[in-house]
Amino acid sequence: MPILDLATTSRRDLNARLHGLGTGRDEGDWRVLNPAGQHALAVGIDAPVTVRIAGPVGYYCAGMNQQATVIIEGNAGVGVAENMMSGTVHVKGDASQAAGATAHGGLLIIDGNASARCGISMKGVAILVKGSIGPMSAFMAQSGSLVVLGDSGGALGDSIYEAHLYVRGQVGSLGADCCEKPLRDQHKQELRALLDAAGIDASVKVEHFKRYGSARTLYNFHIDNAGAY
Amino acid sequence: MDPDNIPRTLPRYSATFDPATLAEIRRAAATGLYDIRGGGTKRRVPHFDDLLFLGASISRYPLEGYREKCATDVWLGTRFAKTPIHLKIPVTIAGMSFGSLSAQAKEALGRGATIAGTSTTTGDGGMTPEERGQSQTLVYQYLPSRYGMNPDDLRKADAIEVVVGQGAKPGGGGMLLGQKISDRVAQMRTLPQGIDQRSACRHPDWTGPDDLEIKIEELRELTDWQKPIYVKIGATRPYYDVALAVKSGADVIVLDGMQGGTAATQEVFIEHVGIPILAAIRPAVQALQDQDMHRKVQLIVSGGIRNGADVAKAMALGADAVAIGTAALVALGDNDPSLEAEYQALGTTAGAYDDWQDGRDPAGITTQDPLLAARLDPVAGGRRLANYLAVLTLEAQTVARACGKSHLHNLEPEDLVALTLEAAAMARVPLAGTDWVPGSKAGL
Repeated sequence: MPILDLATTSRRDLNARLHGLGTGRDEGDWRVLNPAGQHALAVGIDAPVTVRIAGPVGYYCAGMNQQATVIIEGNAGVGVAENMMSGTVHVKGDASQAAGATAHGGLLIIDGNASARCGISMKGVAILVKGSIGPMSAFMAQSGSLVVLGDSGGALGDSIYEAHLYVRGQVGSLGADCCEKPLRDQHKQELRALLDAAGIDASVKVEHFKRYGSARTLYNFHIDNAGAY
Repeated sequence: MDPDNIPRTLPRYSATFDPATLAEIRRAAATGLYDIRGGGTKRRVPHFDDLLFLGASISRYPLEGYREKCATDVWLGTRFAKTPIHLKIPVTIAGMSFGSLSAQAKEALGRGATIAGTSTTTGDGGMTPEERGQSQTLVYQYLPSRYGMNPDDLRKADAIEVVVGQGAKPGGGGMLLGQKISDRVAQMRTLPQGIDQRSACRHPDWTGPDDLEIKIEELRELTDWQKPIYVKIGATRPYYDVALAVKSGADVIVLDGMQGGTAATQEVFIEHVGIPILAAIRPAVQALQDQDMHRKVQLIVSGGIRNGADVAKAMALGADAVAIGTAALVALGDNDPSLEAEYQALGTTAGAYDDWQDGRDPAGITTQDPLLAARLDPVAGGRRLANYLAVLTLEAQTVARACGKSHLHNLEPEDLVALTLEAAAMARVPLAGTDWVPGSKAGL
C-alpha cells in the first residue's frame, strides 16, 4: 500500500501521482497521512483506486472524482466531492458548505452533519447524510438523490428541478417550488438501495422518511408567480 | 382673426415619454412580463469612436505600411500555467453557449478562429464535439451553473475561464427560455426539456476573493497546472475587481463592458447595469500596474469591438487582447439584409433583430430549430469570420504603423486624444488639441 505523508510530500506530488494511475485496473489502496486541512487534495482522480486520508481536509477534497473511492477520516471543508462524476467519497466526520455541489454521479456519504447548501445544483449524484444538513440545501438541485437521516435547515430544495429529497427528521422550511410528495414503492426501493449502499442496516426504516421534490410551478415564468422569486 | 386659418401647433413627442417608451409601457401593461432580448446596450455611450490616434509626423517616425513588420501575436497565461497560449492575433472569440447558439454557429466560430490563429470560447452549457473538433485553441468556461461541466472536457480545453460576470448583466445569471431547451440542450444541461432556464448568478461553492483563490488552486491541481486560468468580470468596479482577480491567482483577466452581448437578459438589466468598456480599461490597467502585474497578468477586453481601430484603441489603453461576440455573429450572417422579409415577418428589421431568446433566428445562428440552424453552413460561415478577423488585424496594424509601432502591444495612451470631455476623462487621455486630461492632477 503506497503511503504518502503530506508532512514531507507536497499536495502537487500527491495529485500528480494519483493522476498518473491507470483507468482500467485496480490501483489498490493508498493512504495519505497528515492532510492538516490542506485544500484540493485527491482532486481529479480518474482511476479505480481507494485513497484513505488520515485526518481533516480543506476545500474541494476529491473534486471532480471519477471511479475512485476517497475516504476522509476526519472533517471536510467546503465543496467536498464537488462536481463528482462517479466513484464514492466517504466523510467520516462533518462536512462544511456545498458538499457534493453540482456533482453528476457517484455516491457521497457523510457520517456526521453537512452545513449549508449541501447538494447545491446537484446533477445526478447520490448524497447520504447520517446527521443533519444546513439551510438552502439542494438549492436548484437538478437530478440525483439526497438522503438525510437527521433534520434539514430552512429553504430545503429551493428552485429544485428533478432531484429526489428524502428526510427522516424535521425540515425547517421548504424553499420556493419545493413540496412534499408521496413516498411510492419506487421511491422506497430507491431509498432502501441508497441506505444499503451506505451500509445502514434495516433498523432505519424507509417508511420513516418523507419525500420532497419539485412542484414544477416555476418551470415556466408566469406573472402570477412573481412573488415566489 | 380667421378661426379657420389659425396656425396649428405640431404634434410633439415628449423626450422623456418618447414613442418607444410609450410602446414599452403598453406592452408591459398588456403582458405583465419584463422585456427580454439578446445583444448588449443599444443606447449611445462614450466609446472608442470618441478617441483618435495621433499619427506620426516630425516628432514621431511612422513605419512603412507594406514593408516594415508590425507584429500582432500575443501570449496568454504566462503567469502560472505550464502551457500558456500563443495566438497569432490579439482578437479572440468571446464565450457563447451551445444552446444560445446553434451547433452550426459554434462550429463556424471554431473554424473561423482556427483559420485566423486565435481562440474561441465555450459558454453556459458545456463543450460540444463540433466546437472542440474545429477549434485549435478552445477556452472552456467555468460558470455558476456548471451545466455540462466535467473533468474530461476540462482536460481537453486549452484554457479555463472562471466566469464571475459579463458586461451585459454584471450580477446576473444565465437565461435560456424554453423554446431553445431542445432535447440535446436539455440533456447537456441535465434539465427538463422546454423549461425556462434561469441559472444561478453566484458560484455554488465559493464566495469572495479568498474562496476564489482556493477554487483556482483546485482547477490548477485538477489540470496539473497546465492550463491558463482566466477570470471574466463584467465592467462595474474594474479597479477593485481586477486587483482581487490578480490576488486570487488569475493568469488572464477578461473585462467585458456593457456593450457586450448576451443571449437573453432583461432589457432593464442590459441598459442600466454596468459601465461602458471605455470607462473600464484604464482603471483595470491601473490595478495591474499598481501590483506590477501589467503584461504579466494579461488583460482581454470586450464589449463593442467592431473594427481594427477599436482593437488598436483598446490595446493602446493597455489591453493585451480583445474579444468579440456580437461582431463575430454578424460576420456569420446575423441580421443580414438579405433576410429582410423574414425579419419583417418577425416584426423587426435587419440590423435591429434582437429577439435571440425566441429561437426563431432566420440566419440559423441564435436558434435550436433544426431547419433554421441548417441554413448556416459552418464552413462558409467560418470563412467569413476568418476574413473579418483578418481585416480587424490589418486595420489595427495600419493604425499602429502610422503611430510608429512595430507591435500592436507598443501602442500606448500617449498615441491617443479624445473628442469629448467624457471620453477624455474615462480614457485618461487629453482632449484633442489640448493637454487637458479631466480628472488628472494636471487637468484639475
